[in-house]
Amino acid sequence: MKIQAYRRANGRFGIRNHLLVMPTSVCATATAERIAALVPGAVSIPNQHGCCQIDSDLSLTQKTIVGFGKNANVGAVLVVGLGCDGIQASAAAAEVAETGKPVQHIVIQECGGTLKAIAKGAELAAPMARELSMQKREECDISELIMGLECGGSDPTSGLASNPTIGYASTKLVDNGGSSILSETTEVIGAEHLLAARFDDPVQREKFLSLVKAVEDRAISLGEDLRSGQPTPGNKVGGLSTIEEKSLGCMYKAGTSPFTGALDYAEGVPEAHGLYFMDTPGQDIDSITGMVAGGAQLVIFSTGRGTPTGSPIAPVIKITGNPETYEKMPDNIDINAGRIIAGGATVPQIGEELFDMMVEVCNGGMPKAESLGHHEFGIYKLTGTF
Amino acid sequence: MNPIIHVNEKDNVVTCLRPLSKGESVEIEGRTITANADIPVFHKMAIEPIEPGGVCYKYGEVIGDATEAIGIGDHVHLHNIESTRGRGDKQL
Repeated sequence: MKIQAYRRANGRFGIRNHLLVMPTSVCATATAERIAALVPGAVSIPNQHGCCQIDSDLSLTQKTIVGFGKNANVGAVLVVGLGCDGIQASAAAAEVAETGKPVQHIVIQECGGTLKAIAKGAELAAPMARELSMQKREECDISELIMGLECGGSDPTSGLASNPTIGYASTKLVDNGGSSILSETTEVIGAEHLLAARFDDPVQREKFLSLVKAVEDRAISLGEDLRSGQPTPGNKVGGLSTIEEKSLGCMYKAGTSPFTGALDYAEGVPEAHGLYFMDTPGQDIDSITGMVAGGAQLVIFSTGRGTPTGSPIAPVIKITGNPETYEKMPDNIDINAGRIIAGGATVPQIGEELFDMMVEVCNGGMPKAESLGHHEFGIYKLTGTF
Repeated sequence: MNPIIHVNEKDNVVTCLRPLSKGESVEIEGRTITANADIPVFHKMAIEPIEPGGVCYKYGEVIGDATEAIGIGDHVHLHNIESTRGRGDKQL
């Protein structure tokens, strides 16, 4: 199956052609945002970390922002560092440059302050943006697509209608040679035995199970009650009672494909195609950010209660299984799987509709979150700031 | 439209696809179940009795334990079932 997309030097393709202005730390974020605002076609990411972090978190931050730079939806990158921050701009730029895409970097302290850095950054970014604007979409095979699967603001309709619909579309993508990522380790607790049985490789199966156990053990070691955070207040009002119930509904997003492998947060999806699991938190923004850093060019997001979330560089398609939510939030929801519950439609019917929309969005059509300018970004934190 | 969905034959709870009023009866697989409380849309109702500490099933899988005796037709939610996972508060 073919789509029209932007071919990259490393053989991957992007369904968008962003110029990313990438701050290596929170100290560079405001400057990066102002450079991006000066250059049409440029986007920035509101990085809140990258300074005074200890090793595990610092490397996770670097992996995440570099992953955004490497994502095939990004055609060129301007890295902005402060100078004394934990992640050096030159190192981050060198990593992104491995993809073969144009990369430049500036350091605010070397430029002589905010205003001079903004001027220098815009001077470098504008020609890169012009260059990207000339690039044409080419015919690419959908087997090169990596899709992130997400659910948020869940209610029982998510497990009964919208997640099975996503599962249908994910299975169809994998059958066509593409890749999907199931995520949100917290929301696997209680369903891990069913998913583990679908890993052919015993090493990857063990890794998957250890990721789930680590999250549960972390909640236990803190002496806290996981119930204080999961399900969320909105999940409970909607009718979800326990994390197990939520997880069993969440996992329908994974369709029926076997699992190829288990990935760490923001880890790049390997060349081998298929269904992957990625270790991310249940918090939607951090979870989507991890999958996009791992290479996802497109995200499919189901919601019961309604949520506006998008991503700075990947289009996010919204689907709800709750007919009332579809009526109440027409600004935000693209696909109405509520017809499965209220109108006698079938999962394959709505699944085909979703798949058609995925192809349309790959070809450049904007889903609602993208058209509204939603570009939420957040990096998973393992420890704290020191 | 059937007002309830029984996902798996093993399930001792069903999901209500519209709000049920206390005293309202619904048919399920040849049986008549009467709601013992007002049950909001998409919330759960028991179709089997569950002992305190007994297991609640949905999707044919465990979704938690009963914290008190649950009768046929009871609303099943935070007041009478709880998660058994990730419970640091239960550690000695």
